[in-house]
Amino acid sequence: MSSASAEEDGDVSADTSSGPFRPRPVRYISPAALNLHRVYEQNRQRLQKKDGAKVPDATTPQTKGRPRLLLMGQRRSGKSSISSVVFHKLPPTETLFLESTARIQKDSLSSFMEFQVWDFPGQIDIFDNPNFTFDMDAIFGEIGALIWVIDAQDDYLEAVARLNATILHLHRSYPHINIEVFIHKVDGLSDDYRLDIQRDVTIRIQDELSDQGVENAPVNFHLTSIYNHSIFEAFSKVIQKLIPRLGQLEAMLTNLCRTCRFEKAYLFDVNTKIYIATDNTPEDMASYEICSDYVDVIIDFTEVYGSWPRSEQWRERLEGEPWAQPLDDQVACEWAESGMVLAEARRPIMLREVDRFLALVAIMKEGSYEKMPQINMNVDVVVKGLTEFFEITKPKEIVGGAPGLASPGLA
Amino acid sequence: MSEYDTNMGASPATAAGGDPMSASAAHAQLKKVKKQKVLLMGKSGSGKSSMRSIIFSNYLARDTRRLGATIDIDLSHVKFLGNLTLNLWDCGGQEAFMENYLSQQRAHVFSNVGVLIYVFDIESRDVERDLATYVNIISALVQYSREAKVFVLIHKMDLIQPMTREDVFDQRATLVRRKTAEAVAIMHKQKPEQGASSGSNNQALQPSSSPTQPTSTPTPTTSEPPINLQLFATSIWDQSLYKAWASIIHDLVPNLSVIETQLASLGLAIDADEILLFERTSFLVVSRWTSREGERNPYGDRFERMSNILKSWKHTCSKYTGTPRNAEQFSDFEYKMGATFSMFATKFTTNTYILVCMPPGEARFNSAKLNVAAARSWFKFLDGPVVPTQQAGGARGMGASSGYGGDGVGAPES
Repeated sequence: MSSASAEEDGDVSADTSSGPFRPRPVRYISPAALNLHRVYEQNRQRLQKKDGAKVPDATTPQTKGRPRLLLMGQRRSGKSSISSVVFHKLPPTETLFLESTARIQKDSLSSFMEFQVWDFPGQIDIFDNPNFTFDMDAIFGEIGALIWVIDAQDDYLEAVARLNATILHLHRSYPHINIEVFIHKVDGLSDDYRLDIQRDVTIRIQDELSDQGVENAPVNFHLTSIYNHSIFEAFSKVIQKLIPRLGQLEAMLTNLCRTCRFEKAYLFDVNTKIYIATDNTPEDMASYEICSDYVDVIIDFTEVYGSWPRSEQWRERLEGEPWAQPLDDQVACEWAESGMVLAEARRPIMLREVDRFLALVAIMKEGSYEKMPQINMNVDVVVKGLTEFFEITKPKEIVGGAPGLASPGLA
Repeated sequence: MSEYDTNMGASPATAAGGDPMSASAAHAQLKKVKKQKVLLMGKSGSGKSSMRSIIFSNYLARDTRRLGATIDIDLSHVKFLGNLTLNLWDCGGQEAFMENYLSQQRAHVFSNVGVLIYVFDIESRDVERDLATYVNIISALVQYSREAKVFVLIHKMDLIQPMTREDVFDQRATLVRRKTAEAVAIMHKQKPEQGASSGSNNQALQPSSSPTQPTSTPTPTTSEPPINLQLFATSIWDQSLYKAWASIIHDLVPNLSVIETQLASLGLAIDADEILLFERTSFLVVSRWTSREGERNPYGDRFERMSNILKSWKHTCSKYTGTPRNAEQFSDFEYKMGATFSMFATKFTTNTYILVCMPPGEARFNSAKLNVAAARSWFKFLDGPVVPTQQAGGARGMGASSGYGGDGVGAPES
């Protein structure tokens, strides 16, 4: 595998970084776009069959410092569906048509950080394969997290056994890998039954591991489904563990929440709607859902009204008398900012773009809409701080070199 | 905008009737005028009740799975814009019911119909039979309510391959148009005297059906079929449903010309690029105005998309706040996209929301918001019964007394 990725080094690079100016819409996908996507998928699969060793992927050459997420699990457990829904915005209902994955599929997620997502075919056991030995270092060397997908609607004993074997293998050479178990396809199950399954799986894994003398292995469990927000929430948790100095980010958000009387604030990756940080109040699925849907609304509006160029006369008229100012100077903020007041208890939600990839979304306390101007100033300060933060943490060589960044002073 | 013009015939008459009357007379007249009988028909399982639930009861598309078959006729009164009530007759489509409508209940079902919405299932295996039923329905309709408008929805288009959708729709549309013309022609032959009297004042209403006047029509008595027919391809899984229903509703709204003129002057006054006026519960676009620059927007389906987006957002809100789906979910929204554009949506009159999209600029944005708030009183008549605008104050009082509910007078911003 390592040779394969080395061969790839030369040619593919551009298309990851040059994403669209604005993120793609989520709920509405035109038939044409969908079709294009399908054709692309098919071509990719055909290419893979033709030349298995050379995996056409979108990764950039320097894999160094780019955390890698591995998706593994039994065949038909839903790995490819997960990566399509989360990273390619495939509508969940369309995942029925995905074919089974024959080779390792690599995707990259370019955002505030660069991630690679590797989707492993379920039928291959990489630790015990007579035909082909995998280069373990190439696979697990740079790994950020191993995501193991278990189909909760199926008999999961074999999956659990394989997961145990994998953990034991990895534990020897790579003890620091986070292992995230997605107990998947829980949408059809009752709440009680979900918890039962989670308990059962947890106990089976822990018993097995402690029998083998492995204590405190870093294994986490998530209940997921592609038909609701749970898969995004689970990915959020996984990715947050990979962010350098997450604590600083959270402190900034917590501080903002306290100062501005926010109930909950999220820092979203707009493209995937994964949140990369939140304040330290308890997790709450409902507020994540509404914030994530709000991002959707904004994306949709932006596509309809913001994605086409206005005419020159239009600009000239607006910049002429009585305004007599370039349009850029007439606006207060060059990034998107938005607010909406919910009718119930007049609770506002606000959104502010941080940069091309990130947006800050917060639910505010009731009645604070009148104080929007002050809040906007505070948010401005925090956004500046966030920008600085990512400036500093981006080059991986100086990962430890951000001690000077205290939480920004809020008004 | 040819369909805009077609509607004008109805509204001035009702508007003129309003002013010289005393309150009680107006009340009585109001009751008579504002109720519009809407028939929703089609074969069993074609999706009539599903679309009704989505549009008027805020169901999500996937929620419609739990709807059962409609037995006989499901009557519902939908309040729309305060001064218009839709009498929605959701007619169960099983054959036994259909026969019943066409025989025993014929006069009861088909008299005084304002609009017939006929739903075809595109996946249906027995197209001939569907069309035969349709022809029977049309004949009955022509017999009892000549002025009724007909909307044919070719439904479940999501089941057709995206590439071929347009062709499939065109094919079916031609077929339906031909059948309609034939049915109407036959009715003409049977009842020429009735056809001549009431068909004549309606001939002008031919926005979409006249160009496809088929060659095979056995020479009808009038040169064009006196039926106002519009066809739409719909699916509950995308915004096409909103497009169809918005046109249906659009034709029923009284005082439409007044709304449009006022919306246009508001748009010019605040320098907007686009203004959309939504009905409060269904979020269907009642009226809209677009500047010349706004016309350059490449998204022709943006109106129904806006309905769709806001409707699903409403759903998210109701899930979050735990309030009923039909309750009002948000009051103010603003969005400034840097130096590209700004937009805001706000609760406008009691029954409407307004969405304004405009050029960027803080000063422009804030003054537009104030101006829109000030313009509310122009649109007060949307909450009351049908009267000309200068009588808007009286209109509000009547709106409250006509049992519209307490919020007829509750607009706090006066």
